[in-house]
Amino acid sequence: MKTASPFLELDTAAPQGTVWFDGAPLDLPLGANLAAALLAAGVAVFRHTPATGAPRGPFCMMGACFDCLVEIDGVARQACMLEVADGLRITRPRGGGGQR
Amino acid sequence: MNQHDVIVVGAGPAGMAAAATAAGAGLRVALLDEQPRAGGQIYRDVDRVADRRGAILGADFTEGRRLTAGIRRDGIDHVDGAVVWAIEDGFRVSFTRDGCAAQATAPKLILATGALERPMPVPGWTLPGVMMAGAGQILLKQSGMLARRAVIVGSGPLLYLIAAQMVRAGTPPLALVETQTRGDLVRAGRHLAGALRGAGYLAKGLKMLGEIVRARVPRHAGATDIAIVGDDRAKAVTFRSGGRSRSIDCDTVFLHHGVVPNTQAARSIGVAHRWDADQHCFVPIVDAWGATDVDGVFIAGDSAGIGGAEVAEIAGRIAALKAAADLGRLAQADRDRQAAPLRRQRDRQSAVRPFLDAAYPPYAAALSPADTTCICRCEEVTAGDIRTAAGLGCIGPNQAKAFGRAGMGPCQGRYCGLTVTAILAEANGRTPDETGYFRIRPPLKPVTLGELAAMDDGDRDAAE
Repeated sequence: MKTASPFLELDTAAPQGTVWFDGAPLDLPLGANLAAALLAAGVAVFRHTPATGAPRGPFCMMGACFDCLVEIDGVARQACMLEVADGLRITRPRGGGGQR
Repeated sequence: MNQHDVIVVGAGPAGMAAAATAAGAGLRVALLDEQPRAGGQIYRDVDRVADRRGAILGADFTEGRRLTAGIRRDGIDHVDGAVVWAIEDGFRVSFTRDGCAAQATAPKLILATGALERPMPVPGWTLPGVMMAGAGQILLKQSGMLARRAVIVGSGPLLYLIAAQMVRAGTPPLALVETQTRGDLVRAGRHLAGALRGAGYLAKGLKMLGEIVRARVPRHAGATDIAIVGDDRAKAVTFRSGGRSRSIDCDTVFLHHGVVPNTQAARSIGVAHRWDADQHCFVPIVDAWGATDVDGVFIAGDSAGIGGAEVAEIAGRIAALKAAADLGRLAQADRDRQAAPLRRQRDRQSAVRPFLDAAYPPYAAALSPADTTCICRCEEVTAGDIRTAAGLGCIGPNQAKAFGRAGMGPCQGRYCGLTVTAILAEANGRTPDETGYFRIRPPLKPVTLGELAAMDDGDRDAAE
């Protein structure tokens, strides 16, 4: 399932695997940068902030800003520092909406 | 890991060159890098993608293969995917790789941690769809992804590079919104004679500008009042230029107004830093070899002050020569004989920098943002919060943490530190040097208890 993406992909031949994002299946290129692959699949909001619940997505793509944090197996990970692997189960961290 | 002679942190141009030169002098090198493949950000994933996208990315990118080839040799343990989180005396460097913590030890340490993009806090910069221009470059280099409807905002040569690459790929940006003014260019003129010593660099810049102009990408100069609007993602960029308010609808915004040294690792071990007024950032204090005031620690490349990839490579080689000589593995005469031509090369490659720094200054409104603008992305602290703290007597960034948590989120101040210093300095009428910077402590990156529990400490026993 791919929604309309704001990104054009030059490489489309890579073998795909299935990852689960908030319970929905996404076919993504295996070995691709996870944050990039999610963006290409049309995912814009990766998490909501703990402080106010504001939406966030990838910002630096080099492991410095921590805006692309997602949860994998209960651990917050930087999506831009991971690669797509078949069967990854990814959860979007929910905002606290004011409480810390 | 076994005991090494030198640990190099970062496998960009400076780190790769340092590792290759050190190994060439017979040193055992541990090259620790966060990314799965060598190259740093400038040559990101160059071995995998140079053949596929070389035409779009250009020869300055594919050139990186020379450096990645140089580290595939005896004497270099390239540990990829190694996230360094602590550096202790001795030196013992702790890192995480594949969910396990591990350590490397060596008497010499070369930090080649590169640059970060200068934070550009403007209204709406936290919205999904807004990225640093470097992120756009990384998406193109590593993943072959191009933003279909992007506006590029800010100032500096990287703006033209990414725009030119987008043009070559057939998806030109919707517009360039540039913050530098004609006055900046006039002021930069006095550095032009010096810059012409590095004329190749200027010629490349003009060629890129030509590509952008021929593709009829609209350019708006001297832009002010820049904001990104949207509810849950970026929908448009608004700004003033040429005396008019303008708005451009888009899906993606690439921000950029220069890069600054990534000083986290150096600060964590107490290396002294100073404010560089020309580059508007803190830089570690290093000598001509890249040596710091912490015995045995060198800093090479952009993490010692912005000079670009060519300068970084040369600085890496120079630091490695000194490290090898200090360890008694290279005669002083040989060290000096090899360093002399590198120094001349570095001077030539650095000649363009004062011109670029003056012609493309940071966007003033992002150095001193409006009160309501979020400056700490992690903890959602505004510029006004910092000014309020200053009004209550807060004089330094570490004190500011107690007033509002700026710099205490997971990025540890990487994208708010310079802004917090600038706002406090301005509000208190003090210099950035007097105001200071966040105290950086380990862990430099988050590490889980599980990763610590899985630490292989065989190396610790061997070292003690």
